[in-house]
Amino acid sequence: MTIDEVRQIILNILADIAPDEDISSIDDNTKLRDQIDLDSMDFLDIVMELRKRFNIEVPEKDYEHLATMAGCVSYLTPLLKDRPLAS
Amino acid sequence: MNKPPNKPPRDWLKGVLSAYDTVVIGSGLAGMTSANLLAKMGHKVLLAEHHYNMGGMATWFKRKGGHIMDISLHGFPCGMIKTLRKYWTQDISQRVVQLKNVRFDNPQFSVNTSFDKIDFTHILRERFGIMKEVIDEFFVTARGMNFYDDLVMTTRELFEKFFPGRTDVWRFLMEPITYANGSTLDDPALTYGIVFSNFMDKGVFTYQGGTDHLIKEMKQELLRNGVDIRTHCMVEKIYVDDKTVQGVRINGQDIQCRSVLSNSNLLTTIEQLTGEEHFDPEFIEEVKKVRLNNSSCQVYMGIKKGETVPHVGDLLFSSEADEYCTDKILSKDITSRTFSFYYPEIRPGTNRYSIVSSTNARYQDWANLSESQYRHDKRVLEQNTLDALEKYVPGIRKKVDHVEASTPKTFKRYTLHPSGTSFGTKFEGLKVSRDLPNQINGLFHAGSVGIIMSGWLGAANYGVIVANETDKFLRQLSPNLVTASA
Repeated sequence: MTIDEVRQIILNILADIAPDEDISSIDDNTKLRDQIDLDSMDFLDIVMELRKRFNIEVPEKDYEHLATMAGCVSYLTPLLKDRPLAS
Repeated sequence: MNKPPNKPPRDWLKGVLSAYDTVVIGSGLAGMTSANLLAKMGHKVLLAEHHYNMGGMATWFKRKGGHIMDISLHGFPCGMIKTLRKYWTQDISQRVVQLKNVRFDNPQFSVNTSFDKIDFTHILRERFGIMKEVIDEFFVTARGMNFYDDLVMTTRELFEKFFPGRTDVWRFLMEPITYANGSTLDDPALTYGIVFSNFMDKGVFTYQGGTDHLIKEMKQELLRNGVDIRTHCMVEKIYVDDKTVQGVRINGQDIQCRSVLSNSNLLTTIEQLTGEEHFDPEFIEEVKKVRLNNSSCQVYMGIKKGETVPHVGDLLFSSEADEYCTDKILSKDITSRTFSFYYPEIRPGTNRYSIVSSTNARYQDWANLSESQYRHDKRVLEQNTLDALEKYVPGIRKKVDHVEASTPKTFKRYTLHPSGTSFGTKFEGLKVSRDLPNQINGLFHAGSVGIIMSGWLGAANYGVIVANETDKFLRQLSPNLVTASA
């Protein structure tokens, strides 16, 4: 998977979690929480989706890496780079 | 109709599998939500409920004359909409509606409010004369409280700091939260801050269609997702060997499972279902310190067919006591009651009304009465409640044709919770609940604990949090999980 594909996957997950939010204009370096209405349960959903879709376990201490889009992409790309784009 | 003799009892476990990924014990909102999520994640889930109905405290009952009584429907914070949408269905979430008229009436003040931050700010300024800066600072402080705060400050101290000596303000801020989760001025301030802020966000909400509709919808969704639902099924034992869950015994039958998610009471799960001998002694010491939260009394008043009730409010916090008092709030002769008014809009098309009065109560005040004394005291409770209601609904006795009371004993009978606790445990229960899987592999607990994980929203969300832990555990049993590390 490429960086762009990983970014798109995060966007897909966010669209499921927060369907009323406009995610097309997300700025990669600003906290997601400051751009769309996300609470701690929503972040838990991201973790659950990553496990369900890709069998990736994000330990609690690493949750901070998911705070921005750029953080998500740089954290997840090494884990997903060898995977074909699926699901 | 009598059962024919010699008919064998029905086998409620007929067709059950010999093994499951998870057995969920109890179908309260936490149990149902976690069962639904785990099934959606692909696990084989058995949901065992001892009662014939699902829902736990999110329940209802029917009585002759077309009455339907809701136990805990009014009202929950706005966050429930999101929780229902994400972990249940869009259709269910769209039935959540706001209760716009919350009313207080007591010797200190009488006010109506939409129960949100804007209106509370207005009332605190205009009615109670509090300075805007103080109110804003109070909201910021309450909102900023989180799980990691130190626990030294009590709600009483929080109020004393912002509104010294203003027992009228304390009552305005505290009474609804006491109704919502049984907490008092002496519980940690952070439990107050979290729950209060949840409500203040947008107000207080209910479910259009009634509790029966909600639970029926949830049951359908559980079945669609493949959950094996078994009512009339009492889990009697959780089998543990080598610090690992092996299975359960239900109605005398052994069933294997890789994990158990108990929505039974926390202390029941540890002490009775599992057995103290399976836990570290230091852990059991912490368990012994866990205090149960209080129980409740309710009086259900069904309005005759064709009769109406004027719109006097959705929730009414009524009291004859001079001040809010933590001790008195549990006493048997309490005059502080919360009336929940169920108008026809709650069940569109039915044109029926009911009113439910709730008070907090202690189990021991009701548990040891003789049968005749118990019946007598229930009648007194019913009559006193009707007397109190007369002020708001004149001629109430002519309008009702069914009145019935429940006590902590009633709550114990239907939920099996020790001392009939209707709000789980006090704050310390949360840590014990979270620590269970560190003691026994595959043993999880979700349900009303720690005050903040209480009420419909707290319980459902805690179900999600623990389902996540259970899913993680189950997937780690299979070899191809990639654990990230930065």
